[in-house]
Amino acid sequence: MKVGVIDYGIGNIGSVVNMIRHIGANVDVITEPNKLNYVDKLILPGVGSFDRGITELRERGFIEPLHECVFQRNIQLLGICLGMQLLMKSSEEGNLQGLGWVEGDTKKFNFEGIEKPHRLPHMGWNIVKPTHYGSLFKDRNMEYRFYFVHSYHVMCDEKKDILASAHYGYDFVCALEHNNIFGVQFHPEKSHKFGMELLNNYLEL
Amino acid sequence: MLRTRVIPCLLIQGRSLVKTKKFRNPRYIGDPINAIKIFNEKEVDEIFVLDITATKEKRKPQFDLISELASESFMPFSYGGGISSLEEVQKLFNTGVEKIVLNTAAVYNPSIIENIANIYGTQSVVISIDVRKNMFGKYQVFTNAGTKRQNISPIEHARNVENIGAGEILLTSIENDGMQNGYDLSIIKSISDAVSIPVVACGGASSIDDFRCAVVEGGASGVAAGSLFVFHGKHQAVLITYPSYEMLKNNLP
Repeated sequence: MKVGVIDYGIGNIGSVVNMIRHIGANVDVITEPNKLNYVDKLILPGVGSFDRGITELRERGFIEPLHECVFQRNIQLLGICLGMQLLMKSSEEGNLQGLGWVEGDTKKFNFEGIEKPHRLPHMGWNIVKPTHYGSLFKDRNMEYRFYFVHSYHVMCDEKKDILASAHYGYDFVCALEHNNIFGVQFHPEKSHKFGMELLNNYLEL
Repeated sequence: MLRTRVIPCLLIQGRSLVKTKKFRNPRYIGDPINAIKIFNEKEVDEIFVLDITATKEKRKPQFDLISELASESFMPFSYGGGISSLEEVQKLFNTGVEKIVLNTAAVYNPSIIENIANIYGTQSVVISIDVRKNMFGKYQVFTNAGTKRQNISPIEHARNVENIGAGEILLTSIENDGMQNGYDLSIIKSISDAVSIPVVACGGASSIDDFRCAVVEGGASGVAAGSLFVFHGKHQAVLITYPSYEMLKNNLP
């Protein structure tokens, strides 16, 4: 099996590749859309701004070929951080439309009405509570914790798409699953054994 | 609940891991790659690696060494030392570095902060501010590994860098560095109050209790330490340690 990590010039793919190699999987950094023909599983990482992410995907010609991978070839795709946010219809961070492959939008943390001040970005290790077990999360007895760094979060229109939530001022969606599309707001590639297990679960799906 | 980040701050000189006192007399600790492997096994929250002689020697970052360190780090890895161009920043991100730490460049070439923030996001830029109190009790900013005094107050500097895109501040008290006499809470408090980005306190930690003070009294979002994680006992024997998750969870906000 070959895992394709999409490199669309946005942020840091080094650590994702490092961890997948460490797990022992065969990983390819995909810099051009035509290389997508040879992958069996996809990871869409990304840090930075929403509009820049969408623009880079478009300008590098990734959007149509990725759509084909996910919807025709039925290849699984995992979006990480901005990669997850791009799956939604829109983001408060930008003016451009998202991929819209998952119903919902990306919002900025809004702490109105919350007494204790919360700094942004939400940065650090937080506890993740799965709402469904079986795909990315398997161990019901585990207290999952992951490394987060973000100021925006996803809101799913469909409750059934929510895979896990975390708490920062309020509960927010930090993992989603919609058919063959997955997304995590946190960084599994920087989350020790928890991240390794999650990525391993994803690769075994 | 977001947990307080507890961060080993490792200093490198050449290819050696060292530890200073008041930014002086670097003592050899061991091999940094080995140290990173141990910290990785101990599942530390994050790691900071600072090359303390790169700027002084007008040298670029040691990309090969950093790449080796980053590939052993399955936690967020921040690097600082000798960074002066966007090209170097790109190269560092490609090796698996998560955050870029700037200190001297943040004073002499602040536009680099803006550029990194625009391309990679503010969360990827940490501004390191080294401070020392003068004889009148006034805090001053130092760059070039603590050797060059700058004509700007720490508060003003912190606000400026926040405005142009810094995502986090690593605040180090030069006087407290390596002394294990507790953090300088007053400067931590004034910087935390002055900015809305996270502030990581560094310099002087000797216990989890010091961590708690920096967070509760100082308002720090994260705590960094060097000696506490590499020395053991009153004779300061080299031993890499890190408190257990349970210990941190039960004692820190």
